Order: sequence, then C-alpha cells, then structure tokens
Amino acid sequence: MSASHLRRWLATPSFRALLALAFVAVIGCVFNADGAFFHWSTHRDMLRQVSVYGILACGMTLVIISGGIDLSVGSVVGLCAVLFARQTLHQGQAAPGAIGLVLVAGTAIGLASGTLVARFRIQPFVATLAMMVFARGLAKWASGGQKISQAIQHPDGSFTYVDLPPIFHRLDHRVLWGNLSVVTLVFLACVLLCWLVLSKLRWGRYLYATGGNEEAARLSGVPIAGTKLLAYGLSGLFGAVGGICQAVQEQQGDPEAGSTYELTAIAIAVIGGNNLMGGRGGIGLTLLGALTIGYLEKILSVNAVGESSRLMLTGAIIVAAVLLQRRRAG
Amino acid sequence: MPARLLALRRIGKLFGPNRVLDGVSLDLDEGEVHILAGENGAGKSTLIKVLAGIHTDYEGAIELRGEPVRFASPQEANRAGISVIHQELSLIDSMSVMDNIHLGRELASRGGLWLDRRGQAGRALALCRQLDMGFSAADLARPVEQFPLSVKNLIEIAKALAFDARILVMDEPTSALNRAEVEKLFSLIGTLKRKGCAIIYITHKMDEIYRVADRITVLRDGRWVGTAAAADCPESRLIQWMIGRDLAPRAEAASRPAGAAATSVLVVRGFRVPHPVPGRPPAVSDFSVAVQAGEVVGIAGLQGSGGTELFHGLFGAYGAVCGGTVTIDGEPFRPESPARSIRRGLSYLTADRKGSGLVPAMSVAHNMTLASLSRASPGGVLRPGRERASAARQAAALNIRLASLDQAAGTLSGGNQQKVVLAKWLETQPRVLLLEEPTRGVDIGAKSEIYALMRQWTSAGMAILLISSELPELLLLCDRILALHRGAVTGEFSRGEATPERILAAAMGSPEGAGEACA
Repeated sequence: MSASHLRRWLATPSFRALLALAFVAVIGCVFNADGAFFHWSTHRDMLRQVSVYGILACGMTLVIISGGIDLSVGSVVGLCAVLFARQTLHQGQAAPGAIGLVLVAGTAIGLASGTLVARFRIQPFVATLAMMVFARGLAKWASGGQKISQAIQHPDGSFTYVDLPPIFHRLDHRVLWGNLSVVTLVFLACVLLCWLVLSKLRWGRYLYATGGNEEAARLSGVPIAGTKLLAYGLSGLFGAVGGICQAVQEQQGDPEAGSTYELTAIAIAVIGGNNLMGGRGGIGLTLLGALTIGYLEKILSVNAVGESSRLMLTGAIIVAAVLLQRRRAG
Repeated sequence: MPARLLALRRIGKLFGPNRVLDGVSLDLDEGEVHILAGENGAGKSTLIKVLAGIHTDYEGAIELRGEPVRFASPQEANRAGISVIHQELSLIDSMSVMDNIHLGRELASRGGLWLDRRGQAGRALALCRQLDMGFSAADLARPVEQFPLSVKNLIEIAKALAFDARILVMDEPTSALNRAEVEKLFSLIGTLKRKGCAIIYITHKMDEIYRVADRITVLRDGRWVGTAAAADCPESRLIQWMIGRDLAPRAEAASRPAGAAATSVLVVRGFRVPHPVPGRPPAVSDFSVAVQAGEVVGIAGLQGSGGTELFHGLFGAYGAVCGGTVTIDGEPFRPESPARSIRRGLSYLTADRKGSGLVPAMSVAHNMTLASLSRASPGGVLRPGRERASAARQAAALNIRLASLDQAAGTLSGGNQQKVVLAKWLETQPRVLLLEEPTRGVDIGAKSEIYALMRQWTSAGMAILLISSELPELLLLCDRILALHRGAVTGEFSRGEATPERILAAAMGSPEGAGEACA
C-alpha cells in the first residue's frame, strides 16, 4: 500500500470509527477489572446487552442517511414489547402469529411517521416526536398501564400464573456452544439486511440520494416519498424486532420499556461516524458504533463505576469520539 | 499617482502535499477595480481566502498601506477594512435587512448590553440611501428572504460598507443578476471608486471585465501569469493567459445536414404554467415551439421572464398542473413527474447545480447513474460492474478530469461537476435536452468543451432547448432564438436575423423589437 493510499484510508470514516473502538478497547485493557475484560463471557454479555440498541440503530441509520431522524423507536419498543407479551402470555397466541402481528404493528407506526414526513412535509424531528408520545400512549392503553407478565390479575383480585411459552427461552438463549446470544444474532441479521438494502439495492441508492440532495434526486426521477416511507417503515420494523427482544429478555411487556432508547440509537449511529445531515454513512459504521457504546457501558459497569459517574463519563466520551472523527488530515 | 492600498507579496499556500498557490503577487491602488481572472482551480479563491483571513498559514507577506499585516481571522481582516462578498451570500435569511447589515458589530447602548435599534435603523437607512437602493424604513425591518437575489447582493454590499470596508472583494457578483441589476451594480462600483475604495473583482464574463476593469491580473495553476492595464490587454491575450493556449477557433456556423427531412422531436403548443402562488398571473402564459432533430433552439429571457418555470413545467417537476399540448416524436405527452418525463426521453439540466443538480456527497459514478438507475439495476438489484462501465464511458466521452470514479462529486471543480450532471442526463439516453445555463460557473476551457459536446449530441439527432443569460452563447450555438418576456414569446429569430440588440429588445418586452421579429 503506497503512502497516499494509506493517508486516504486514514481519513475515511470507517478508519476513524475503528479508531474510536480501539480507543475504548484500550481503556478496557487498562481498567480490566482483575482480568474480567479478558474473559469471553464479558464480551458475550456486552454483545447481548447492546443488541436491542443496535437493532434500533440499524433503522436509525437508514433514516439518518435519508436525511431524517426517528425519535419514535423507543416508544415502538415499549408498544411492541407490550403487544408481544399480551399476545403470547395472556392471549396464548402461538409465536409465529404473535411475532407477525407485532412486526406489522411496528412497521405501521413507522409508515405513519413516514407519511407525516413525506406526504404532509412535517419536519422529521417534529413528526417523530409526536409519534414518540403517541406510541407511548398506545403502549399504556394496550397494557392498561400495567406490566404484562406471567402473573395475570383477575377482576376479583386473585392471581394466576402462566408458564413462559417456549419462544421466550428460544430467543433468550445462547447458541454456538453457549458463546453467542440469539438476540445478538438477530442484531447481526438486521445489520446484514441493512447492508443489503444500502449497498446492493436500488432503494439503498435512493436513500443516499434523497439525503444528499433531495431536489436533485427528485428531478432525477427518484421516488422521494417512497424512499422516505421505506426508511421510516424499516425503522418501525426494527423497533418491533427490538421490542420483541426486549420483552423476551425481561420476560414481560413493560409499557415503559425502551424509554430514551432512541437517544442511544442516535448516539450509536453518530459515534460510528454517520452524519446527521444525511446522504453519507453506512451500516458498517453503525456496527462499529454499537460495539464502541457497548464496550464503554461494559467497561464502566465491570469496574463498578456508579451510575452518576457512568452517565457523565459516557457523555464526555461520546463528545471525545465525535471530535476524534471530525479531525481531518492536513 | 494613486496611493497604494494593498500589496500581496509572493503568496504561497499548500493544502497537505498539494501546492495551490506559488509566489503570487498582486497590488491594489485606491479607486481601482482590479480584475482577478483565471480558470476554475487557478487559485483565485485561495488567494482571496488568504487575504480575508480565512487561510492563516501561508507563505509570503501582505502589506496594507505599507504596513505588514497578518490576519489571524476573518474578523481581523474585516476590522482592517477588507470585505469579501462571496458568491454564496453570507446573509441570514430569516433576519431583517437592518440586523443583517449590522451582524457581528451591533450598535449597543446603555452599557453595551442593549441593542441600539434606533441608531442601527438610522445608519442602515443612510447606507442604503448611499447605495441608491430605494429602501424605506419599513423595508429595512423586513426579513432578507423576502427580497430577490439581486437585492440581497446589494444588501451584502451595504453590509460590507457598514464595516467601513476600503477593500472590497467581489466574487462573481453578477452571476444571479439581470441586466438592469448589473447596470445598477456597475454604477455602484463607480460610486465606490470615487470614494476611494478599491475592488478586487472576480468574473468569468468577458464583457464585464472590459466594462469595469482598470487592471487585470491572471492566475493559472496557482501561479501569477501577468498583470496589465485593461486597455493593454485585449481579449485574445487575456484568454491565452488564462488557458495557456489559443482557444479552438470559434464555432463555424452550426452545420446541420440541410435538406434532410426535418422531423419535429418536440412540439409544444400553447403551454401554460400556473404561478406557484394561486391568484397570481401564470408564470408562463403562452409558449409554443417545435424543435427538430439536431436543432438547438435558444430561449433568451431576463431573470424572472419564466424560463425556469417553463422548463420545470415541461419536465413535470411541478406535477400535472400545466396546460397546453406537448408531443415527443409525434406521440402526445403530458408532463406529470420527472420520472415519467425521463422515461419519455426528456432530460433537464437545471441552472442551480448545487441546489438541484449534483448530489455532492455521492460518488461521481453514482451521480452519473442516478437518473437511469432503473435501467442500471434490473429487478432492483444494483450491478456495480455495469454501473462503473457506463460511468467510465461517460467520464471519457465528456473528458472529465477526476482522480477516481469513487471520489465524492462535490470535490470536483465547477466545470467537472457540471460535466458529471450532464453525464447523468446523457445516461438516460434523452431525445430532448432542456439545458438551463449549462455553462454557469464553468471556466473557459470547460465551456468550449461543453459547446463542442452539444454539437456532437445534436449531430446524433438530439433536440436541444437552451436557456442562457449570455447572449453570445445563444448566438453561437442556436439555430433559432426565441425571446421570452413575462412568460410569453415576444420574438423569434432565425440564425441570420439574430442580433444581440434585437433579441434583447424583444426579451425586455420592447414593442418595436417584437414587431420587427414577428414581421
């Protein structure tokens, strides 16, 4: 590799995202909590814990590339966790039907946001902020304001307990000889799907063009409205996937689940180097961003850093990572 | 002998390993208009940025009234009396004229905390009167976005004067102005000269250079080529300095195979485009034209004559709102959406390359295939090999200078960006090209290349409708020229009849020009 090639590669967003990840990994090696950082189980648990955020960040990446933002995904997680728990635990619906229903509900929320943005030209921030509030309300309505768990309360005040359906065990399970959680595989599948859309399909190119210069794209015959609907629809779909994973991990449907998750998803996309202005970025960056955020949280928790310090440190490190990425060569 | 105001001595500048300026010197006298000329990428903007305190690490020295200075920031340069009026105006659209004029040096009263609104209004009004802008006190309180681009240009100049600028840098100040507004700007430049201001003026337009120039300095490839008094620097010498070679001989009269059965590719009858604001008179009220295969029909119109709206309407960019009939190759066509128009063989190069042409963050190759993507990706799946092959073919055919097809299109020079957008439209294999200001912001070399390409396309049977605000360009390229005034055709001229005076008269709505033309 010649010097100029090397220099060009050093200036790419992927390299900078790798650098941020390496930076966090070095911190992990230094503050290794008596060697805990060098056990695979720490990394496995980190992957499990970051998976729901990562799944949401996949959808967020598509929306951000198209030039928008989706604040509603945290509420979609709550709504879909509640729906999934209600269908499987209380209604006793079989897993495939319940999963299908929840995915349709999440996608519908995303398409509704997309319609507000594309058809009614409401600013994405405002449209999805409204949808965030609305979907949280839906979650509380669908759950009656209660966590939906194995304990079913009857009108006379008595409780009955239902067994967890097998789908819960199957999804919150480890595969590959106990080395990887199923939710992590789901996250990786979402990354793969986004990669296919963004780099192999015509619609992916439309996402970049719409975010890069909407008017130029429109005059080039790009279906702008359809492209935005796709981005928000997929974001809703990923929100639903995240909601199912959340319900499975908590073994219940909490109407408050997923609060502020949208912010973590945005942080992941940004720390990976996706530009909030739209038109550039990629899912690989988001994957690196998810690992960075995941390790950060994990390192702070294995070192028993208190929650208050943890939040402050996370904020500071996000800023540091973004500044690190912005520095240009020359 | 007028006093020397400014001297740049052997300025050099490196971007990483790339040398973009190499020992460039330039001096500026009081009351002088000094043209800075050169092709795109010659180093003009970099030199200006050094002067304006934007680039702070440079070689060489700057002397202001004999004193060495070194600006560490644009604010310092401003305080020293240097103001740059950029092509992209630095006004804040949502703020009032008055606030914009004082932006960054607000007048304060009562301990410096409160804005002295009355004082600001008084000073702004005085400035605007000085510039003969005809602004009332109420106009000053209106947000800048309510004014047309031409007025914004004047506001920008007023802002510079509010900073007591003695040295003004104008970068293509007329690119968005109509003829009357250009005249106004020139008379303002005269006023400024009499007040002892000095002006560095960057432009690509020949006629402007000889209208305003006292002296001319030419840069090429980051080096100083020459400085001469305007009177001693005829056009031919200037061009040779700029491009380092003689231009290809001016186009011979468009040589279309005469006698070949002329078939109309595009026929438009009674075309109407409604005004975007309901209740206003239509933007285009009555437009008819028939363009034959291999023909270039020009449309001459001043700013606001409806040319942009006409092309937007024909291309379906407004949706299905236009009236009249259109046929392409004899088949009726109803403009509904850009996608449909593209499928029917229509392509539209807009005047606003940044706003509606290029996707700067996307690669050159991806920009080129954007409008023909459904053909390049059967079944919705991209074919990178096929895409790269057609992009490489276009890059070669249009002689686009680039490092790689994967480089972001926004990193190319203006002329090459324009060629990328042209390549995008050629990839759709159009029958009819709607070209609006195809050489705006393009250097002289690329300009003549684009002219040659247009001839190549017409000889392949394409039909071209061309809007240009540069009359010489229309006269050079067009077989026929229509004059557009307030959305209606006010004159039609064959190649033999067309003279700048007659076209301009018709485009300005002069009745005798129109009468002459229709006769």
